[in-house]
Amino acid sequence: MSLRIVVAVKYVPDATGDRHFADDLTTDRDAVDGLLSELDEYAVEQALQIAEAADDAEITVLTVGPADAKDALRKALSMGADKAVHVEDDALHGTDVMGTSLVLAKAIEHAGFDLVVTGMASTDGTAGVVPALLAERLGIPQVTLLSEVAVSGGKVTGRRDGDAASEQVEASLPALVSVTDQSGEARYPSFKGIMAAKKKPVEALDLSDLGIDAADVGLAGAWTAVQEAAARPARSAGTIVKDEGEGGKQLAAFLAEHKFI
Amino acid sequence: MQSYGPQPVSRQLPTEEARDLLALTRDLAQREIAPGAAAEEEAGRFPRETFTLIGEAGLLGLPYPEEYGGGGQPYEVYLQVLEELAAARLTVGLGVSVHTLACHAVAHYGSKEQRAEHLPGMLGGTQLGAYCLSEPTSGSDAAALRTRAARDGDDWTIDGTKAWITHGGAADFYTVLARSGGEGAHGISAYLVPGDAPGLSAAPPERKMGLKGSPTAQVHFDGVRVPDTRRIGEPGQGFAIALGALDSGRLGIAACATGVAQAALDAALGYVLERRQFDRPVADFQGLRFMLADMATRIEAGRALYLAAARLRDSGQPFSARAAMAKLFCTDTAMQVTTDAVQLLGGYGYTADFPVERYMREAKVLQIVEGTNQIQRMVVARHLAGPESRG
Ligand SMILES: Cc1cc2nc3c(=O)[nH]c(=O)nc-3n(C[C@H](O)[C@H](O)[C@H](O)COP(=O)(O)OP(=O)(O)OC[C@H]3O[C@@H](n4cnc5c(N)ncnc54)[C@H](O)[C@@H]3O)c2cc1C
Ligand SMILES: Cc1cc2nc3c(=O)[nH]c(=O)nc-3n(C[C@H](O)[C@H](O)[C@H](O)COP(=O)(O)OP(=O)(O)OC[C@H]3O[C@@H](n4cnc5c(N)ncnc54)[C@H](O)[C@@H]3O)c2cc1C
Repeated sequence: MSLRIVVAVKYVPDATGDRHFADDLTTDRDAVDGLLSELDEYAVEQALQIAEAADDAEITVLTVGPADAKDALRKALSMGADKAVHVEDDALHGTDVMGTSLVLAKAIEHAGFDLVVTGMASTDGTAGVVPALLAERLGIPQVTLLSEVAVSGGKVTGRRDGDAASEQVEASLPALVSVTDQSGEARYPSFKGIMAAKKKPVEALDLSDLGIDAADVGLAGAWTAVQEAAARPARSAGTIVKDEGEGGKQLAAFLAEHKFI
Repeated sequence: MQSYGPQPVSRQLPTEEARDLLALTRDLAQREIAPGAAAEEEAGRFPRETFTLIGEAGLLGLPYPEEYGGGGQPYEVYLQVLEELAAARLTVGLGVSVHTLACHAVAHYGSKEQRAEHLPGMLGGTQLGAYCLSEPTSGSDAAALRTRAARDGDDWTIDGTKAWITHGGAADFYTVLARSGGEGAHGISAYLVPGDAPGLSAAPPERKMGLKGSPTAQVHFDGVRVPDTRRIGEPGQGFAIALGALDSGRLGIAACATGVAQAALDAALGYVLERRQFDRPVADFQGLRFMLADMATRIEAGRALYLAAARLRDSGQPFSARAAMAKLFCTDTAMQVTTDAVQLLGGYGYTADFPVERYMREAKVLQIVEGTNQIQRMVVARHLAGPESRG
C-alpha cells in the first residue's frame, strides 16, 4: 500500500526583505515578498527522499496561509511533491500556534497520512512548537529535530544530534517527524518540475470545510497576544583600531575589556 | 524598496513558464554560480559540477524540442537565461552557449533515428558538448579547414587537429567539421564524435587572458573511427550546417556579452554610490553620471537588438544579418562598458579585489569568438551590398 506522507510547509516573509509588523501587531505580509520557509525546504527534501526509497509513496504538501501562500505549495510541488492542500480563510488572520496546529491537524486528517514531516521551526515565528502540538492533536508519536531520517517496515527511524549525544530514535507509523537544517541540502526544482507542478492538484479548503469554528482561531481565538513590537536598535558602529605598531595589543585589550578573553 | 542602484533586469517574457524559468535561473546564478566565480576564475578551475547542477535543472537543452528531452523554449527566452548565467560567470554562460551550439547539428540536420538516439542524452543535462570548427591554420577562413575524414567501409576515420575548442578534453561529445571531399566549403562533412573515442585527445588548455575557468584546448584526432551512422547531414553539407549553427551561436554570444556588461554596470553603480571624494559620493559628479547613462543605454540597446533577432528566428524568418549585428554590437558594447566600469572604480577597479577587471578581460574574448567582429561586419555588409569581387 502506498505510503502517504504529508509535509507541512509555511509561507513566510522573505528574511532578506524589510519585514514589518502591521498596526494590529501581526506580520505585515503586503510590504515584503513571501516564500517557502527555507527550513521547510529541508522537510520537503526528506519527504522526497523517503518517497524515492519507498516502493510506492505519495506526498501531499500542506500550508495554512493567505492566498499568496500558494507560491510555497508550487515550490514544493515543483521540487517533486505530488499534490497540495491550501487552507485559506480570512478568519485565520492573527492565528497563534494553538490555532495553527488545530487547523493543520484537521487538514492532515482530511488528507490522510502515514507520516507527517515538518521543519524544525518557521523562519518568521520560530516558535518551534507546532510539530509537537500537531503530534499531540493527531494522537501520534513524534520524533523531532532529526538530522537523518528513513522509513522501513512500518517504522520511521532517525538520528537526533544533541550537544552531549547523538541519539538513534524510532517510532511506529503513523508518526510525525521534524527535520533540521543538517538533514541535507534541499534540491532545486527543475524546469520540467516547475512546468509539471502547474498541472498538479491543489485542494483549497476553508475553515467550514474542516469543521473548525472561526472563534477558535484568529486574533480573537489566540492564547497568546503580541503586546508590543519595537524594531531592534540598529547595530552601533564598531571601533576601528588603527595599527601603528600597537594594533595587536589594542585588539587584545579590547577583547579583554569585553570579556571575550 | 530603493528604486535606484543595481536592480534585477526587468524583462518582458512571453509566458508564465518563462518567468518561472528566469526566476529559477537567477536563483541558481546567485546562490550557486556567482559566489565562487572570482576565486575559481583566478585559479583557472573548470566548474564541471555547476554544469551538472544546471543540467539537472534543465538548462542544457532549453531551445530544443521537449520530445527529445529539451525545454521547448523560444530563443527569446533561452537567450535571457544565458544572459543571467553569463552575468554570474561567463565560463558558465559561454559554456551553455557552446554546448547548445554543439547540439545544433544533430537537432536540425540529424535523421529521425540519429535524433532519437543521441538527443535525449545530449539535452538531458548529464552530457556536455564541444564544437570543433577552428583549426590552427584556419580561423576566420573556416572553410579552409584541413582535418580529414576518410571513408573506410561502414566507418570514417578522422585525422587532424582542431584549435581553440571550448570544453576540449572535458566534453562528452564533439560535433566535428572535417574534410571528406575536395577543397572549399563543399568538401566538408559533419560528425558526432563521442568524447571517449580512441584516438581523440586534448592538448593542455591554452593559457588565456580571461575566461580562465573555461578550458580552451587543441583537440587531436588520430585515426578516430566513427561509424557512418554518426555522420550528420549529407556528405559535403557540413559547412552549411556549421554556418547555420553559428547564426544561432552568435545570438548566444550577444546574450553573454549583455550579461557581462550588465554585471559590470551593476558593480560600478554599487561602487560609485558608496565611494566618497570631495565630501560626496562620486556618483554625484556629472561626468560619471553621464558615463553611467551611456553604459546603461548601450546595454539596453544591445538587449533589444539580440531579442529582435531572436524573435525573427523564433517566427521562422531569416535572421542571419540581425544575428551578426547583435553579436557585433553587444560584444563591442561589453568591451566599452567593462572598460568604463574599471574607470569608474579608479585604482580599485584595476585590482583583482573587484570583479570589473575580470569582466573587462572576459569582454575581450567575446569580440573574437564565433566570428571576429571584423567577420560580423563582413557578414552584415554582404547582406547590404552583396558579395565582394563581383567584377
Ligand atoms: C511572538 C509571536 C508573534 C506572532 N506574530 C504574528 C503575526 O504578526 N502575524 C501572524 O499571522 N501570526 C503571528 N504569530 C503566529 C505564528 O506565526 C503562528 O503561530 C505560526 O503559524 C506557527 O508558529 P511558528 O511559525 O512559530 O511555527 P513553528 O513551530 O516554528 O513551525 C514548525 C513547523 O511547523 C510547520 N508550520 C508552522 N506553521 C505552518 C503553517 N501556517 N502552515 C503549514 N505548516 C506550518 C512547518 O513545518 C514548520 O517548519 C505570532 C506568534 C508569536 C509567538
Ligand atoms: C576562448 C576561445 C574559445 C573558442 N572556442 C571555440 C570553439 O569552441 N570552437 C571553435 O571552432 N572555435 C573556437 N574558438 C576560435 C574562434 O572562433 C577563432 O579564434 C576566431 O574565429 C578567429 O580565428 P583566428 O583566431 O584564427 O583569427 P584569424 O582568422 O587569424 O584572424 C586574425 C585577425 O584577422 C582578422 N581577419 C581575418 N579575416 C578577415 C577578413 N576577411 N576581413 C577583415 N579582417 C579579417 C580577424 O578579425 C582578426 O582580427 C575560440 C577562440 C577563443 C579565443
